[in-house]
Amino acid sequence: MKKLESSLTNMVLVLTGVAVIMGGILAYVNHLTEGPISLQKEKALADGIKTVMVCNDLVVAKTDEVKQNDAKGKEITFTIYQIKDAQGQDLGAAVESTTGGFGGDLKVLVGFDPEGNILGYTLLEHAETPGLGAKADAWFQRGQKGDIIGKNPAEPLTVSKDGGQVDAITASTITSRAFLLAVNNAYKAYKATPVE
Amino acid sequence: MEYILIFISAIFVNNIILSQFLGICPFLGVSKKIDTSLGMSAAVAFVMTLATVVTWLVQTYVLNAFGLQYLQTIAFILVIAALVQMVEIILKKVSPALYQALGIFLPLITTNCAVLGVAILVIQKDFNLLQSLVYAFSTAVGFGLALTVFAGMREQLELVNVPKGMRGMAIVMLSAGLLSLAFMGFSGVDGGLRVLFGLD
Amino acid sequence: MNYVDIIKNGIVKENPTFVLMLGMCPTLATTTSAMNGMSMGLATMAVLICTNFVISCLKSVTPDKVRIPVFIVVIAAFVTILQLVIKAYLPDIDAALGLFIPLIVVNCIILGRAEAFAAKNSPVASLFDGIGIGLGFTIGLTLLGICREFLGSGSIFGLTLLPETYNILLFVLPPGAFIMLGFLIAIVNKIRG
Repeated sequence: MKKLESSLTNMVLVLTGVAVIMGGILAYVNHLTEGPISLQKEKALADGIKTVMVCNDLVVAKTDEVKQNDAKGKEITFTIYQIKDAQGQDLGAAVESTTGGFGGDLKVLVGFDPEGNILGYTLLEHAETPGLGAKADAWFQRGQKGDIIGKNPAEPLTVSKDGGQVDAITASTITSRAFLLAVNNAYKAYKATPVE
Repeated sequence: MEYILIFISAIFVNNIILSQFLGICPFLGVSKKIDTSLGMSAAVAFVMTLATVVTWLVQTYVLNAFGLQYLQTIAFILVIAALVQMVEIILKKVSPALYQALGIFLPLITTNCAVLGVAILVIQKDFNLLQSLVYAFSTAVGFGLALTVFAGMREQLELVNVPKGMRGMAIVMLSAGLLSLAFMGFSGVDGGLRVLFGLD
Repeated sequence: MNYVDIIKNGIVKENPTFVLMLGMCPTLATTTSAMNGMSMGLATMAVLICTNFVISCLKSVTPDKVRIPVFIVVIAAFVTILQLVIKAYLPDIDAALGLFIPLIVVNCIILGRAEAFAAKNSPVASLFDGIGIGLGFTIGLTLLGICREFLGSGSIFGLTLLPETYNILLFVLPPGAFIMLGFLIAIVNKIRG
């Protein structure tokens, strides 16, 4: 079949036509997938919270955005999810906390019980070196070398090099310090928030 | 201070080619000679910086304003394609010599994943307009650096005896791997600079 | 045209990874594990099949001078559709492949095949070309992914085969990608004689 000749009218018509049709299909698919996409986001967050609170039967009672100044006076925003169980009993809170790590931002989700003891944590975002700082997702968990589960950051957690109780990741002191800073900051933000 | 951090991080620590794997096709295709590499780098720097600024504006004032985020891919690639066309036309009129020198590299920039990649990255990193501009420019400098250094390596490779099975792309890939390894030595520099500049 | 031949061509004679050397960016970036490499290959194949087919259907109504913008619009639309579907139903793949899903739009394979094949052949043949090249790409990526995952993490498709002490971390890092691909290309060259 012979091609349409490249007159200006033809070019504009075809390009616009294709753009409009593809755009229409795209808008339709977007409409179809909008629901499932936000569902996935909610599920990811819900799963993260269940993991750090070590509990499946919970309800996010309230979400707070708290701003605090860190040691240098820079303002950081924390997201605090107040958690209650099915009976309305306060289970504590899950806190999102961000610090500067070795390779970029280090974002942690920490679960606290009402007394401020650490229930669990998970790394939400990091740019740490695989095999070194990236081990932070497992190093500080229960039973591991840098176990912080059950500890209470009322007394800020520090690595043994700084006189503290926590073993830093081998050859990854900076990541370890950043991680503990994130946890300590999360605790401070949690304690500064009134519980409903 | 923060901008110096972005600058150094984008060039050395998170080099767009050697650690983020964007822009590999021109990296392998254009790096045979140092002067073509410099020409390509200049063209990419110009398009990348300009494209990032324009796509940032499109994202903020069009896509976000009307809730059309899902049109990001289409909008961005059309902006880039249009920009490259425009640059070609303008360059032809304003500086035919430069246009000749850059030759076929200009249209190839449209499919350079580094340009689209950076445009998307600055949105993901939530940079403001100035940060995006600095990041785009620094990335382009990093691109040029990797490209030119690699061209130097390849010009040297031409002069040595490569084992038969390794000739061609194989030895090129291995050399690129060694260069990437060398750049890994910069990792952590941005963390140290953050502490030095008191940004943490 | 023999459709089986078209598919074989895409896998062997015009294999995008080892012969044509196209689509290098995702090849190096997404092959830290066999699963990631295979997912990327399949995602690209999905887009390639759709774009090849549609562009071939449109070739007779597309004026020559405006064909590149038209191709780009079609490709970008299909990539966005893929993005949305993956985000909605396959979040793990979304997390693993990240930025490289929208970058399929500038994957030289897609535009290259549109120009080289779809613009000149029938829609059905183009569809099969999409399958063939897509499979060739997937095989290339999966192979590289298997090598890198095995040497770097001691596992294949998540199945741990070697204890951690034998892991050569380099292979899941950027330099390892270049080096491993270099060796694979050398091996392919030797096989092809």
